[in-house]
Amino acid sequence: MEIFYWPLLDLLMWGFISTYLSTFQGALPKFIGFIIGALIMWDILFRSQQGLTISFLEDMWSRNLLNLFVSPLSVLEYICSLLVVSIIKLVFSSGMMIALAWLLYSYNIFELGIYIVPLAMNLIVMGWAIGIITTGIILRYGQEAEVLAWGIAFLFQPFSAVFYPVDILPPLVQTITRFIPSAHVFEGMRYVISTGTFPVEHFIWAVVLNIIYLILAIMFFCWNFKAVKKKGILANVGE
Amino acid sequence: MTRNNTKNKIIKMIIENVIEARGLTKCFGQVCAVQNIDFELRRGEILGILGPNGAGKTTTMHMLLGLTTPSSGEIKILGLDPDKDREEILGRINFSSSYVSLPYSLTVRENLLVFARLYSVKNKKEKIAELLSLFQLESIKNIPIRKLSSGQITRVSLAKALLNDPEILLLDEPTASLDPDIADKTKKLLSDKKDRDGTSILYTSHNMKEMEELCDRLLFLDHGRIIASGLPEDIIKKFGGENLEEVFLKIARKEQAQV
Repeated sequence: MEIFYWPLLDLLMWGFISTYLSTFQGALPKFIGFIIGALIMWDILFRSQQGLTISFLEDMWSRNLLNLFVSPLSVLEYICSLLVVSIIKLVFSSGMMIALAWLLYSYNIFELGIYIVPLAMNLIVMGWAIGIITTGIILRYGQEAEVLAWGIAFLFQPFSAVFYPVDILPPLVQTITRFIPSAHVFEGMRYVISTGTFPVEHFIWAVVLNIIYLILAIMFFCWNFKAVKKKGILANVGE
Repeated sequence: MTRNNTKNKIIKMIIENVIEARGLTKCFGQVCAVQNIDFELRRGEILGILGPNGAGKTTTMHMLLGLTTPSSGEIKILGLDPDKDREEILGRINFSSSYVSLPYSLTVRENLLVFARLYSVKNKKEKIAELLSLFQLESIKNIPIRKLSSGQITRVSLAKALLNDPEILLLDEPTASLDPDIADKTKKLLSDKKDRDGTSILYTSHNMKEMEELCDRLLFLDHGRIIASGLPEDIIKKFGGENLEEVFLKIARKEQAQV
C-alpha cells in the first residue's frame, strides 16, 4: 500500500491541481513543472522515511523483534537492514511515480539532468535519519507513537521550502531552514532549473547536515534501545 | 588413557556450568521482579523455572538473553560476559517462546532461511529440511506464517530455535499452544537433544506434569526470590504434596490468602 497507493494519490491530486493552474496565462507553466518535480522529490524523502519505519513496524506487529534481538544481529546491522529495505521500496515507489508523471503529464524529471541524482541522494539520507528517530521513539513508547510513522516527515515540510523559495519565509524561519538538509536540496533544485548549473554550496550544506543528522539519529536510537532494555520493555514492544 | 579421557569428559559435562547467575536483581522503580538470585545451569541439564504469574521467570530469562539489563548481579554464559561478548554468546544459544511470532508475510521455509542466515548456519538447506521433517512442517513449508495456527507457529519457532544447534536453549512455555501429541513429541525431542548433544535447556512452563517429567532440576520462584531448588522429588517432599502440581497450588493459594 505504501509503495503504490499513496504515491499514486499524491501524484493524481497534485497533478490535477497543476493541470488546473496551467490553464492560467503567464509564467505558470514553468511553475507547474517545478511543482511536479518538487512533489516527486518530496516523495523520495517521505518514502525513504516511511519505508524504514514501516519495516520496523512490521517486525513489531508480527512480534518478531524479540527473535531478532536475541540473534547475533547487532543493533547497527539491524538499522542497516532497515536502510536496505527502505531503498528497495523507494526504487519501486519512485520509479512508478516518475513513470506516471511522464505518462500522465509528460513531465520528465530527468530533464533536470544528472544533477538530480546527488540532490535526491540527500533526500534519501534525510529520510533515513527521520526514520531512525521515529523508530527510536516507537521502540520506547510503543503503539502510542506509531502514528509518527505517517506524520513526522511532514513536520519538516514547511521548513523544507518544497513548493516555494526560502526567500518568501519570515526571517526567523529562514534561519531555521539553513539547518534543514532538505531546504538546501529544494533550493538547489530551483537553482538548477533557473541556471542549469550545479548548486555546490547548497549540496555541501546538505551533505554536512545529513551526516550530522544521521549520526545523531543512530545515537538517539541506540540510547532508546539501551533505555528500553533497562526498563525491561523490549519484550513488550508492540503489545 | 582413553578411559580416563572419557571419564574426565563426562565429569566436565556434569559439572560445567554453562550459565552462572550471581546476585541477579531487577527492580522497576520500587518493585523488584527478581531479587538477588543465584543459580547455575549445567551442561547437558534441563533446568525448569517455575512459579506463579509475576514470580520473575520471564524477567530472569530476558536478563539472560540480554533483553533486559539487570539492576545488579553478574551473569556468565558459556564462561563469557554478555556485555562484552554479546554476539558470540547469542550465536551459540537460542530461544523460543509461544508468545513470540515470526514475520507474517514470509513462508515457513523463508523464515527458517532468514534465521539460518542470521545464525550463519552451514548447510542451510539440509538443516532446514531436517527440522521441517522433525517438527512435521513439510506439508506447510510454503505457507505464510499469517495463515498458520498458533500451534503450527510454535512448531516453526521451535524449529528456528534449533537451527544453530545451540549449546543452550532458553524456552519460555514452548508447548503452551501445542496439542498433546505434538507437545509429547517435543518433550521427547528436547530430552533426546540433551542426551545426544549435551544441550543445556532452561525451561519455563505452567504445565507441572511436563516440568516434573522433563526437568533434571527445578528452581521455584516466588515474588522474585528462589524459594526452593533441587530435584523435582525433593521439592515435592519439601512442600509435602503428592506431585508438583499440588505443590504449585499450595504456594499460589497461600500467596492469594496473604493478598
